[in-house]
Amino acid sequence: MTEPLVRPRRKNPLKRTRLPLRPQGVRSRTAHGLTAAAAEGRFALQICLDCDTVIYPPRDACPSCLSARIPFREVARGGTLIAETAVRTTTDPYFRERTPWRVGTVKLDVGPVVVAHLHGDAVEGGRVRLELKLDKSGSAVAIALPEKDTENMADDPHLREMTCDPKFRRVLITDGRTGVGQAMAKAFSDAGAAIVFVGLADPWKPFAGMAGLRKIERVEIVPLDVTDTESVTELAEQNGARIDIVVNTAEHIRAGGVVDRHGLTIAREEIDVRYLGLLRLAQAFGPILRFRGADGVNSAAAFVNLLSVHALMNWPAYGGYCATEAACLSAAQCMRAELRPGGVKVVTVFFGPLDIDWFQTVPPPKVTPAALADAVVRALQRGLEDVFVGDVAEDIRQRLAVNPKALEREMAN
Amino acid sequence: MTVDLMAFARAVANGDIRVIDLTQTLSQEFPTIVLPPELGQCAPFRMEEVSRYDERGPAWYWNNISLGEHTGTHFDAPIHWISGKDLPNNAVDTIDVAQFIAPAAVIDCSKECAADPDFALTIPFVEQWEARHGKIEPRSWVLLHTDWSKQPYTDYAGLRDDGAHTPGPEPAVVKWFVEQRDVHGFGTETIGTDFGQGQHFNPPYPAHFYMHGKGRFGLQCLTNLDLLPPKGAVIIAAPLKIKQGSGSPLRVLALVAGGNA
Repeated sequence: MTEPLVRPRRKNPLKRTRLPLRPQGVRSRTAHGLTAAAAEGRFALQICLDCDTVIYPPRDACPSCLSARIPFREVARGGTLIAETAVRTTTDPYFRERTPWRVGTVKLDVGPVVVAHLHGDAVEGGRVRLELKLDKSGSAVAIALPEKDTENMADDPHLREMTCDPKFRRVLITDGRTGVGQAMAKAFSDAGAAIVFVGLADPWKPFAGMAGLRKIERVEIVPLDVTDTESVTELAEQNGARIDIVVNTAEHIRAGGVVDRHGLTIAREEIDVRYLGLLRLAQAFGPILRFRGADGVNSAAAFVNLLSVHALMNWPAYGGYCATEAACLSAAQCMRAELRPGGVKVVTVFFGPLDIDWFQTVPPPKVTPAALADAVVRALQRGLEDVFVGDVAEDIRQRLAVNPKALEREMAN
Repeated sequence: MTVDLMAFARAVANGDIRVIDLTQTLSQEFPTIVLPPELGQCAPFRMEEVSRYDERGPAWYWNNISLGEHTGTHFDAPIHWISGKDLPNNAVDTIDVAQFIAPAAVIDCSKECAADPDFALTIPFVEQWEARHGKIEPRSWVLLHTDWSKQPYTDYAGLRDDGAHTPGPEPAVVKWFVEQRDVHGFGTETIGTDFGQGQHFNPPYPAHFYMHGKGRFGLQCLTNLDLLPPKGAVIIAAPLKIKQGSGSPLRVLALVAGGNA
């Protein structure tokens, strides 16, 4: 079992904040096949389509038959930890601060031997499951976990370097007025977040969920309107240094395309709430998150963007909305690069139509706010970067990978 | 008659005429009218800093602002309402500028409103006011002194699950103001000139319907009406000259004789 994490003591304000460092993150273009798998929590290695060899590390040709037909495919992750050692001294600044650091060789059941980071409960000679994770540099690494879950295993310090577990962290949910915002507050409270700040704009506008929101443990309502630069800036100035995870739940969902809408008022509103709102949050909270990327157990960890899966392919029935979501996706990719020096993950969570009023006329399957919130918490616990929630989102992902043009035509029907 | 404008200017300068600001500060937090979410919405006031003596503009500070024509303390022109859409000179850029200065009759119903947020102004109530202060002069603003501007925002907007609960006029009294008293316009401290539940009147939103239908004006989100006398104040309310504008945020000033009392 893993030594359970204890809630971090209050920070000594006389001590300098440790600056974030990153392990070496350079990978070949081919090796980023592992990064793509790690981002989505899949375990994928190259498989030779001609001789069935499973290949590791990534290569440009099959080492046994020289075939170039070696796509990444999900494979079984079981294996045996055949040898382990611990790095006790190193010139690498990131690992110097974290020694001793256990590493080992894992003989996978599917063939290759992989050099992997080791979870504290992975035992030499024992069975392990290998996972691909994004380390602080944003590149894929392998970590060997014990075959079966062990007590407090998420608290393992090596694993926690690769995840954004909300436990003992302080979270900001940017809009508590929506069903998603309220479900998110509940999910983070249940996941052990130390404080769940919940933003609320226009407090003079009553809403049904207010009483429920106040009842959630460790929720603190804070004034926040993502359309108001001053409001966003003020919250960051007051509380930015004690917010470790930002989840942007501000939403603006209206039906209608770009031709068949009357005027730009709605478009301006959705851009203001979603795209400019994201930029305001990014400018206010980004720098302090990036600075606090190695600030102890409750270091800054993640910025979560909730995006319609139609950010990836326009759905003309909600075409204007989708265009704004696409802009948010592009901004999130930029944020990812900008926050990487702090080891802060920018998570994109793609959802299909939600089971909320604004998608009232859309037939199931739909994603409930609670399911979306659970998916976000699980993604942070696993350290994922790209998440697809619900059948529609998964369907779009798969169809997009096969034939984007066909998907575009079919979305128009 | 000779007019001594210099004497007027001196009276303003030495305080014989007091200038009272009836305007709410344009701020991001100030409530804006709320319509059902599927309808078009009035933009709240927002401000983006262009530069503040920094790399974006080394020696100067300035902002870009965005807002609706009906954000904060604002003026309603007749074109705002369907009943006034075909009148001549019905938009803020074409209204005769002399109309922007007019006297005011200030009707105090603050006690009644404190007791009942659904206080509705009636003809008998105004007749009682006239019995004390004399008949409303033609071409006067009628300003409803409710003290609503002193309410915290939640009560100021007065939103419940059946809509807003804020004081305002009944249809009959608005029609009477226009037809029997030839008023200049109607001004309130609340978010709109109409009663909070005014959509259920016949006609709906009578202050808008009758006032604008007869080419009269509206002022809302006023403050400091408690500092005005029942009669005798002169209101300066000049909206921005927006091309075919339906209204405009503005600075509303009242001139009150009475010196430095």
